Amino acid sequence: MIVLALILVPAFAALGAYAHRETAFRTGWLVAGAVVHAGLVGAVWAAPPKPVLGGWIAADAMGLIVLSVVSGLFLMAAVYAVGYLRRENPRGGRAFVSCLLAFLAAASLVALSQHLGVLWVGMEATTLSVAPLIYHRQDRRSLEAVWKYLMLSSVGIALALLGVFFLATAQFAAPPGARPLVLADLVRDASRLTPSWLEAAFVFLLAGYGTKMGLAPLHSWKPDTYGEAPSLVGGLMAGVLTSCAFLGVARVFQVLVAAGLVAFAQPLLLTFGIVSLVVAAAFVLGQSDVKRLLAYSSIEHMGLLVLGLGFGGVGAYGTVLHLVNNALAKGLLFLAVGNVVLATGTSLVVEIKGLQRALPASGALLVVGLLAATGSPPFGSFVSEFTILRSAVASGHVVLALVIAGLIVLIFAGMGRSLLRVFHGEPGRTVAAGAEDVWLLAGPAVLAGAVLMLGLYIPEPLGRALSGAAAALGGVSP
Amino acid sequence: MTQIASSLLLLVVLTDFVVLGTSRMSTCIRAIGVQGLLLAGLPVFLHAEWSVHLVGLALGTAAVKAVALPWFLSWAIREANVRREVEPLVGFVPSLLIGAVMVAGSFAVAPTLPLPVQGGTLLVAVALSNVLTGLVVLTSRLKAVTQVVGYLMLENGIYVFGLTQTQRVPFLLELGVLLDVFVGVFIMGIVVFHINREFDSMSSSHLEELKES
Repeated sequence: MIVLALILVPAFAALGAYAHRETAFRTGWLVAGAVVHAGLVGAVWAAPPKPVLGGWIAADAMGLIVLSVVSGLFLMAAVYAVGYLRRENPRGGRAFVSCLLAFLAAASLVALSQHLGVLWVGMEATTLSVAPLIYHRQDRRSLEAVWKYLMLSSVGIALALLGVFFLATAQFAAPPGARPLVLADLVRDASRLTPSWLEAAFVFLLAGYGTKMGLAPLHSWKPDTYGEAPSLVGGLMAGVLTSCAFLGVARVFQVLVAAGLVAFAQPLLLTFGIVSLVVAAAFVLGQSDVKRLLAYSSIEHMGLLVLGLGFGGVGAYGTVLHLVNNALAKGLLFLAVGNVVLATGTSLVVEIKGLQRALPASGALLVVGLLAATGSPPFGSFVSEFTILRSAVASGHVVLALVIAGLIVLIFAGMGRSLLRVFHGEPGRTVAAGAEDVWLLAGPAVLAGAVLMLGLYIPEPLGRALSGAAAALGGVSP
Repeated sequence: MTQIASSLLLLVVLTDFVVLGTSRMSTCIRAIGVQGLLLAGLPVFLHAEWSVHLVGLALGTAAVKAVALPWFLSWAIREANVRREVEPLVGFVPSLLIGAVMVAGSFAVAPTLPLPVQGGTLLVAVALSNVLTGLVVLTSRLKAVTQVVGYLMLENGIYVFGLTQTQRVPFLLELGVLLDVFVGVFIMGIVVFHINREFDSMSSSHLEELKES
């Protein structure tokens, strides 16, 4: 029952928030929904619940990790939204809060579904619930961003649906008792699935969900959307939405692993990964807008996720850990940048200066976020990126490992140059009074603590879940 | 597969060419409506025995694909007072030729994808043709409404392929598909309307402010 509550609570909270006229009540619904959701996730960790609805909805290791990322990041974003909606609140934020909660419900559905058709429905719902959030400011630029986002995501999601149908077709040859499109049955009968249909399904699902992840060359919507969306929404997209989309790819990869077709998937995953890293490195250098910079950083990390999957071995473990680290670091960075945008009204590098003095707390969080997002020690992302590189060497791709390491360093330099320029110097623009308050700082501070902790120490239950997820993806724990 | 079903499938491909070749927006919308109607007939004629499920699917498809969506699209162009021409990025004859190549390719590839359903090869071929021509329309037309038509063709291709699954995969997926088309295009339509109000024209080529400088 608890797994259903995880989806239904935010869905009803979304309706409740829409019914209220007072802003205070609505933000109350938002924070309450997020807290209850986080509490329920805690309960799932404490006592693994039974699958419901004929095994369609259940929490396995991989899903539970994504669910926790979703819930944790959303809670921080909800706290942040209290401060945000006090400052910037066109149209009373009525649709804004409801769409946020609907997004949480849809993302939970993705994380918990064991049926790949249901997973697809959840993914579609995340796309639709995010669109009005991007259009929050209702100006010309955000209109263009939302149009690009809808068009490309819709095509991506359509291709993914075709992939789901192909997967169902691959199951024609399976024993008659098998439940169609249920992950456990697909994995169990993997050796009896039709290989050609399974491979076609993988290609379409990778392209479809890859568009939603923002893997290059399917990334063109990402800088525009992240650049125009409110920072809080950008953080949720970069942390939550990409993790959900990756889960879609990981699910079909699980079936491929069980069917022994990893050799087919590997070149595709490695190509997408390397191209993403190259594109990110090329556009990070000389990027003039902080939020677009973060979009390219997100493309880099999506590339690393599929690379780890492609290399296999400890790479699978590294990938799952990196998913968590990337979500935390991206949430931290977007919320910190959000404070800067609230205070100065811009996210252009040339117009922001002297954060060190003007916004000391947000500036410091921005630098911490920069270090965390670029994989510097002692942050968690260093551990996961290092694990992925190790798997590259272990699987015999030494040259590729060197190229990846070089690109990571290049991206570090590009991001560091822009973000440190923003941090130092004399404050240029006048900063709005009271630009930093506890609502706006609590979220990013907690996320910074979490990503730092994962670099130093991984709690035992999380370690077990990571190993379980890595094993399902055909990898091993280091 | 009955004789009627295969004729319906071939007519579906024909409507793709109508969309590719026409210069009038209203013809585009009418063609996509006719395509929806043809698709609604498929579940009934594809299988030898009728069932409540299949008839319901046919009626639902007809309501959404043949009535609601075309009506919504023509409402959008009337309301927004768009010019009636299609504005192709690629000319009509080249689009038709590209479309013909795509369809020929689909029919050539289909036999290599074995489907344990009677008449599977034709279904796969028509599904692939629709997906590919939909992508051609999506990328080669400037107006937002025409792009939505292209997206619908793409979705219709997926629907044709989904028909092979009606016997095994329960209801939910079909509902999901129809709902998705409806909601997706509905929201797109609203956005299209806003584009129009913002720019006084419904061309997405005005949307080029965001790019790498």
